[in-house]
Amino acid sequence: MKRKEQIGNAIIYVILVLMSIIWLFPFFGLIMQSFRSYDPKVEYGGMVDYIIPHRFSLDNYKFLFSGQTNFLRWYGNTLTIAVFVSLFSTAIILCVSYALSRMRFKGRTFLMRFWLILGMFPGFLTMICLYFLLKSVGLTQEGAIPGLILISVANSGMGYYVCKGYFDTIPKSLDEAALIDGASRARIFFTMIVPLSKPIVIYTALTTFLAPWCDYVFASYVAFGHDKSYNVAVALQRWVFTNDYQGYFTRFCAGGILVAVPVTILFMWLQKYYVEGVTGGAVKG
Amino acid sequence: MIKKLIEALLDDIKEIGTTFAEGDIKTRLSFVIFGLGPLLRGQIVKGLAYLAAEAGIIWYIAAFGWTYLSKLKTLGTIETHKEGRITVYGDNSFLILLFGLLTIIAVIALIFIWRENVRENHDEEETLKEGKELPSNRKVLSSLLDKNFDKTLLALPVTGIFVFTVLPILFMICVAFTNYDKNHQSPTNLFTWVGLDNFRQLFKFGSSGFGTTFLAVLGWTMVWAFFATFIDYFLGMAVAVMINKKGIRFKKLWRTILVLTIAVPQIVSLLYISKMFATDGLVNGYLLKFGLIKSAIPFWSDPMLARIMIIVINIWIGIPYMMLIATGLLMNIPAELYESAKMDGANQVQMFRHITLPYMLFVTGPFLLTQFTGNLNNFNVIYLLNRGGPQSMKMAENAGRTDLLVTWLYKMTVNNTNYKMASVIGIMVFLVTAITSLIVYNMLPSVKDEEGFQ
Repeated sequence: MKRKEQIGNAIIYVILVLMSIIWLFPFFGLIMQSFRSYDPKVEYGGMVDYIIPHRFSLDNYKFLFSGQTNFLRWYGNTLTIAVFVSLFSTAIILCVSYALSRMRFKGRTFLMRFWLILGMFPGFLTMICLYFLLKSVGLTQEGAIPGLILISVANSGMGYYVCKGYFDTIPKSLDEAALIDGASRARIFFTMIVPLSKPIVIYTALTTFLAPWCDYVFASYVAFGHDKSYNVAVALQRWVFTNDYQGYFTRFCAGGILVAVPVTILFMWLQKYYVEGVTGGAVKG
Repeated sequence: MIKKLIEALLDDIKEIGTTFAEGDIKTRLSFVIFGLGPLLRGQIVKGLAYLAAEAGIIWYIAAFGWTYLSKLKTLGTIETHKEGRITVYGDNSFLILLFGLLTIIAVIALIFIWRENVRENHDEEETLKEGKELPSNRKVLSSLLDKNFDKTLLALPVTGIFVFTVLPILFMICVAFTNYDKNHQSPTNLFTWVGLDNFRQLFKFGSSGFGTTFLAVLGWTMVWAFFATFIDYFLGMAVAVMINKKGIRFKKLWRTILVLTIAVPQIVSLLYISKMFATDGLVNGYLLKFGLIKSAIPFWSDPMLARIMIIVINIWIGIPYMMLIATGLLMNIPAELYESAKMDGANQVQMFRHITLPYMLFVTGPFLLTQFTGNLNNFNVIYLLNRGGPQSMKMAENAGRTDLLVTWLYKMTVNNTNYKMASVIGIMVFLVTAITSLIVYNMLPSVKDEEGFQ
């Protein structure tokens, strides 16, 4: 029996080690390629068929920080969008969740059903209409950054499911007791529910912060033709699909590392809350 | 249900009638000038709110709305033309449709506000008749932080969603019934209503129709969503069971390695992987060097291979996610179940099949459904890996062999500016999502039998 168990564990270890290698390989490759040199005498700047660079160098990183590209500006754009979207969307999601979880008002179920149905329409469907709406108030091209923030924040209310699910688990008797003591709804919301929901507030802020880093579809559409309003996702996407002759592939790798490292550290740091959020959301549906 | 609705409506009209007949002069005047009744009764806040709403909406309709609404039936008749050297802009179909819709909504809103205004007058009169006092203006305002806090909280989100989701969706649904495409771009050209032509086009088979392409894309979308959901689900659960097994060490390490895929933005990881499997990429490079293959494997240009690759690479993303969720849930399964199974001589596989799996399926039913509909619209994986390619001459509007309905929609909007067909596809995506959700939701064990497993 013991022996059988040991064999079983050994098989599991083998599988886990193999999986770890597969899972880490792309990241390893990405890091290695980002350190490739830029010197045509040493190696070709495009895609190559080996993983360890012939000579380690910081050429690609130097390029990103030099004035030859707007990368730093794109990075700043993305960070701005992410911070603002995270702040405002979290506030809106908390408001919506509290209203839907705690208050009973006319049209509550209608609103929830209506939003559920709205969510079934694909997001890209409305792209041209949104572009027009933004353009009419001057929030495209040069104004693309506030425009993108506006759209994300305005529609964030529909993403209340996980947060409301969490509020539902906070006992209602707490609210009732406070109401009897004469506290207003607003006071209960700000001084009781929000502080009690720290994990879900962090989860919401984290997920809304991460989303803009991957948004290239709408971002490239809204910033169309205006280089300075791009975000990193648009830039990376363009670099990858530019042909590789000028070494844009290794630049993409270096840019990717610069994007991935801080985001990954942030995620790993707040991982506990993320897990709590997705698990809770999955069970309640 | 319709009968009930009509009855409710008739009751409503009757109530409005009696309010007018029995009401005093203040109430009667309020039928025309919103909020006048409350204003005269000292309810300044409420009265002003109604009055402002009425003034605003009527001003919009009179100043802009009406001109657009009157052209909504044709979407404009005056084409943009040149008089000498000067371009004279004619009607803008886009604006007419958008603001025409907004005007219709404004009229509906006005009717609703009017009804609320009549009810408010009715209620105030009743209160006064009973000899009670009306609430003070301060109380009305402070109720927005207490009894009516929901209105304060929801005002901004609801407005935002209305302007940036509801209105655009209504607009795009209408576009599906027009000929808005690259030959009919406003403001240079007009577009107009064409009835169900676009839907006929979608189901028309043959060289000019979309029928064959639509069915091919729809078929692949369903196949993709099915495999992407269920393979990841079972594999992710299996990995979670393995990591959680007693006696396995470094649990945290394994989890952290897997979670990296969620942490690193997909734009970075997926684009890199896409290049890794390119014909001149790393994988082909090494396989050639080791002499395992003679010529590069066309991972992305062979339709079948591209499809398999996408499903396989999606496992790389899907397993960690499912592993996280399953880990939390597995701890909730009562340990006694496993112990008594062990006493009966069940082995690991049997326990997984008869205890773990049914429990997980029961608990995660709704989650599976959202995963499935999410995968139906999984833009990132498809587009970042292969941009929906390889393209095929046999497919309409540049559709590729791995295109989902949403990526096809995106291509039609951005590359071909074929807005009318993009809208039709959008409506189809909605229908597919809604129908699968409805069917699956009613089949879920946790919906049928809420008490099971509790």
